[in-house]
Amino acid sequence: MNWAACVPMAAGLAAAPLLTSVINRTKAFFAGRQGPPLLQPYYDLAKLLGKGAVYSRTTTWVFRAGPVVGLAGAVGVLALIPAAGLPALAAFPVDWIVFAYVLSLGRFFTVLAALDTGSAFEGMGASREVFFAALAEPALFLALAALAILSRNLSLSGILSGLQPGLWMEKGPALALVVGALFVVLLAENARIPVDDPNTHLELTMIHEGMVLDHCGVDLAFIQYSAGLKLWALSAIIVSLVLPVRAGSPALDSAAFLAGMAGLSVAVGTVESCMARLRLLRVPALLLGACALAALALVLVLR
Amino acid sequence: MHLILVSAGVILLGGLAALSVRSRRWASLLGAGSAAAGSLIGLVPALRAALGAPPESFGFGWPLPGAALSLELDPLAGFFLAVTLALSAVTAVYGVRYLQSTPGERSLGPAWFCFNLLVASMMLVLLAGNGILFLLGWETMALASFFLVAFESEKASTRDAGWVYLVATHLGGAFLLALFVLFARAAGSFEFEAWMGTTLGASTGSFFILAVIGFGTKAGFMPLHVWLPEAHPAAPSHVSALMSGVMIKTGIYGLLRMSSLLGPPPAWWGGLLIGIGLSSGVLGVLFALAQHDLKRLLAYHSVENIGIIALGLGLGLLGMSSGSCTLAALGFGGGLLHVLNHALFKGLLFLGAGSVLHGTGTRRIDDLGGLLKRMPWTGGAFLVGSAAISGLPPLNGFISELLIFCAAIFCVLHPSSPGIVTAGIAAVAGLALIGGLAAACFAKAFGVVFLGEPRTEAARGAHEAGPAMLIPMGALAASCFLIGALPVTVVRALGPLLNQVSGFPLPDIDRVLAEAAGIMAGVGSVIGIVLAAAAAAAGLRAWLQAGRSRETAETWDCGYARPTARMQYTASSFAQPLISLFSPLLRTRERLHGREGFFPKTADWSTETRDASREMLFEPLFNGARQVLGRMRGFQHGQMQIYVLYVVVTLLLLLAVSLRAAP
Amino acid sequence: MNPATNLIDTVTAILLITNLMLLGSGYLTSCIRYAALQGLAVGLLPLLLHAQGSWGRAAALAAAGMILKGVVFPIVLTRILRDINVRREVEPFVGYGTSVMAGVGMLAFSMWLTRRLSLSAVPESALIMPAGFATVLIGLFLIVSRRKAVTQVLGYIVMENGIYAFGTALAGGVPLLVELGVLLDAFVAVFIMSIAIYHISREFDHIDVDQLDRLQG
Repeated sequence: MNWAACVPMAAGLAAAPLLTSVINRTKAFFAGRQGPPLLQPYYDLAKLLGKGAVYSRTTTWVFRAGPVVGLAGAVGVLALIPAAGLPALAAFPVDWIVFAYVLSLGRFFTVLAALDTGSAFEGMGASREVFFAALAEPALFLALAALAILSRNLSLSGILSGLQPGLWMEKGPALALVVGALFVVLLAENARIPVDDPNTHLELTMIHEGMVLDHCGVDLAFIQYSAGLKLWALSAIIVSLVLPVRAGSPALDSAAFLAGMAGLSVAVGTVESCMARLRLLRVPALLLGACALAALALVLVLR
Repeated sequence: MHLILVSAGVILLGGLAALSVRSRRWASLLGAGSAAAGSLIGLVPALRAALGAPPESFGFGWPLPGAALSLELDPLAGFFLAVTLALSAVTAVYGVRYLQSTPGERSLGPAWFCFNLLVASMMLVLLAGNGILFLLGWETMALASFFLVAFESEKASTRDAGWVYLVATHLGGAFLLALFVLFARAAGSFEFEAWMGTTLGASTGSFFILAVIGFGTKAGFMPLHVWLPEAHPAAPSHVSALMSGVMIKTGIYGLLRMSSLLGPPPAWWGGLLIGIGLSSGVLGVLFALAQHDLKRLLAYHSVENIGIIALGLGLGLLGMSSGSCTLAALGFGGGLLHVLNHALFKGLLFLGAGSVLHGTGTRRIDDLGGLLKRMPWTGGAFLVGSAAISGLPPLNGFISELLIFCAAIFCVLHPSSPGIVTAGIAAVAGLALIGGLAAACFAKAFGVVFLGEPRTEAARGAHEAGPAMLIPMGALAASCFLIGALPVTVVRALGPLLNQVSGFPLPDIDRVLAEAAGIMAGVGSVIGIVLAAAAAAAGLRAWLQAGRSRETAETWDCGYARPTARMQYTASSFAQPLISLFSPLLRTRERLHGREGFFPKTADWSTETRDASREMLFEPLFNGARQVLGRMRGFQHGQMQIYVLYVVVTLLLLLAVSLRAAP
Repeated sequence: MNPATNLIDTVTAILLITNLMLLGSGYLTSCIRYAALQGLAVGLLPLLLHAQGSWGRAAALAAAGMILKGVVFPIVLTRILRDINVRREVEPFVGYGTSVMAGVGMLAFSMWLTRRLSLSAVPESALIMPAGFATVLIGLFLIVSRRKAVTQVLGYIVMENGIYAFGTALAGGVPLLVELGVLLDAFVAVFIMSIAIYHISREFDHIDVDQLDRLQG
């Protein structure tokens, strides 16, 4: 057993909630507030884990399975993500397809759990979630395929750890397009503005938050934690692309990686502070745009 | 081979016996028992052949010009035969209870006779080594399934569906007849063996087009699929399962057999199949999203999955034409494995839909809801099928889709020509879109039918099916899990089959499959992590919640005090965003009634999505044909003497023509 | 691979992305901004692709193009929009999603076409040519499919950008005179159209082109 391979996953499991925290601090800064403490997500999780449960009479075991499968899917995804030049726990050719499908396994059960409550609001959230996910999927696949061709490597670990800064000199435009497409996918998959507003309190406009209205206690903690893990996984891919720092010492690499993660969260927070949520009907155009960026990157790569 | 003949004999004799008895119960037991027993007997040699036993053949002459009773059991036939027989056995068992619950005192003998005849004719199609024998089996298959579709012939909609099916299948049959006659004329014989290696020259391409149209009508390629969404909902559910699970695959088998007889494929064959696959896949799943009838939805998903299979086969053909063993093995491997997987999960889903129909009396998705509490086992099985057809790990659908993805990515990574790269990119993006849309569609189907509160009295009074119907569904669900759990074994077993289909030497294929098996092992490790995490999370929750308060309450509806079942999101509303995004393709019609005045009492809104290719292609075609042919009505006036006169005149004319033509 | 290729790729990417954004955007002001960005990017091309000819000529051409399309046109158009005070939406005949898909289709068509024509002279500019051709097509599409007169002017500008890019890629630059002539055409077109729009909106309170058919005798 290679213990080094566990490091990226362990780091993700431990530090994922921090990203949300950084985003919230950024938004607070823009709003002229001080914002919650950095460890607030952990306090929230601890509080939720200590609570009892209220289940709706309508629900079945599917409702209880939703958060568990969602969390398991997020953990499975994290096992495929390398970080700071260290390979992931599981790495094999075309593992990024498995990555996408394990994500969608978690989503499938979260959506079913939402439908299980029989609430109109949760049905609405579920419907929108599958709508946007179906359109984000091609963008994700095309972007990752472009990366695979760019680095002549088929596994996520191989692609991201083998990336040299020189590649930016050589194939800068294509890489930039891939990063752009992946950033849109990140915003869509993690229910951030401009696709979805995580802080909204109007049920009619919620997507992800709308789906989990009926969950409470431990289940809600699982859901929030897996949302953090998903954000960590997609962010890690983008950061490894943008900052392919290979200083040689693990400490420096890790520092650069963590700084990049914080920087990306600040970027997400900035987008959230500067933009309004898009009208629902305009979101498909954004996702199609991401597909177009990724396709363009493929064209540039294949030339 | 002898076991196969025994099995066919058992199935046919059982069907005849079922026809001859009076009692509904005995007819079912005889028909289903012999179908199941015969299938299990035949499964042994079929599996052996599929896994690489040396090909066997059997034959003797037949006093019909050009025909011979020659049967061939090679890996390709063995594979399709194994899939067919396995699903036949399961659906036959399910059918016993299902048919007995049909209302009325109608005798079940004919239904079982047709069922067994359908199974036997599919066996004949798969084994035939002679063109005429093949066509004979093909027509028998079409007729037997037509009578099964028209089983509930007292309903006008069923008669209409049967009619559409009969016309469509014969249109396809006409193309096949032309293909076989032309091929036989070129080769000088109807024996497939003689066809192999016949040089056809420039007409090879047109032969392939004929085969795509003829076999594609049976398989359900867009836009030739018009009969599927009509016939599958009309037929009894176990027959729908068999037809959708395996009968349409005979079209895929025929296409593969024909392309192997036509010789080395040029690149455009692969491109054509990839194009057909993408359009069938995307349009199939979009039309499925727009449906309100559970079985019609499943029928459109058959179109989608046939599209995925065609995509795999197209990539395989591209591999053959470009001389790449890896591409051929991955593409054909994915496509053929998807044939098996689709038979399993689509069979399961149709049986599940049958149980819903059996337990509630309705197929309308928007009338159901909350069935998981009333039909827990059916619901669980349907959930497994839904996850499998959406291509989610750890189930079987994911394995075959992953192989096709690998083939597509191989195309992009080894760009030997611009066409191949385009095909690869299109396949990756298309498969991703299809996967996302299929997950959306089955979230809708399972979520609205089985979760939430019942929307009508019919759903409230639903009852679970008996063990005789649940055990077949359980067996299919278990095999979905099994293939998903043992991907390495399954992928490695494909060697002999791919060797025959692609023509590349076995060692090369095995090397590719070993690489694929390596990927599958990686998949297994990720699935292991996911399962472990799920177990840990569930355990953690149980531990944390032990001893704490656990209450039940109403669903929280944002402050509204009296939520009713009618306020739930319906299937139509769930799919609406996607439908409206793709409305230029779907042409969904919306109707809004009664929203007049300041205080409207009632209002209702409904959508209807009719089949675009039926409406825009076939109906104008047939209306035109009817107008032209309607003028010939005058010949038909019911007087026997005049008919005899027609016959005599025709014979005399033919004689005259042939005498003139003779030197 | 030299850094110029990277820059050329960037220009190509900007060209195509602005095309798609023009097709998918609903606000006139943002459309004007996208067209300006496109003009600036395309204006760089003569500097990057000067195969033969002098630096001076290339620089003059680049400067003229960039100033005209990146600065002058946007200012003029924005001022008109402000003066005539119309609704700021594009009001397309063809929906945004469909337009974007049509744009992708036109790009695919141009790639196929340029491959068939096998025109490519400079390997670095292999992608500029289809991109330029697609830009011409998309400009035409904008003219055809949009209601407002301002969008039609934008369509002309986009078309001009396409011709400019295509021409520059083809043999490293068309004769200076021709290029300047095209630029002048676009310039005159923009000014005449803007004056016309101004007067139309004063007379009729709208600038919908499809209502001009009432003027026929």
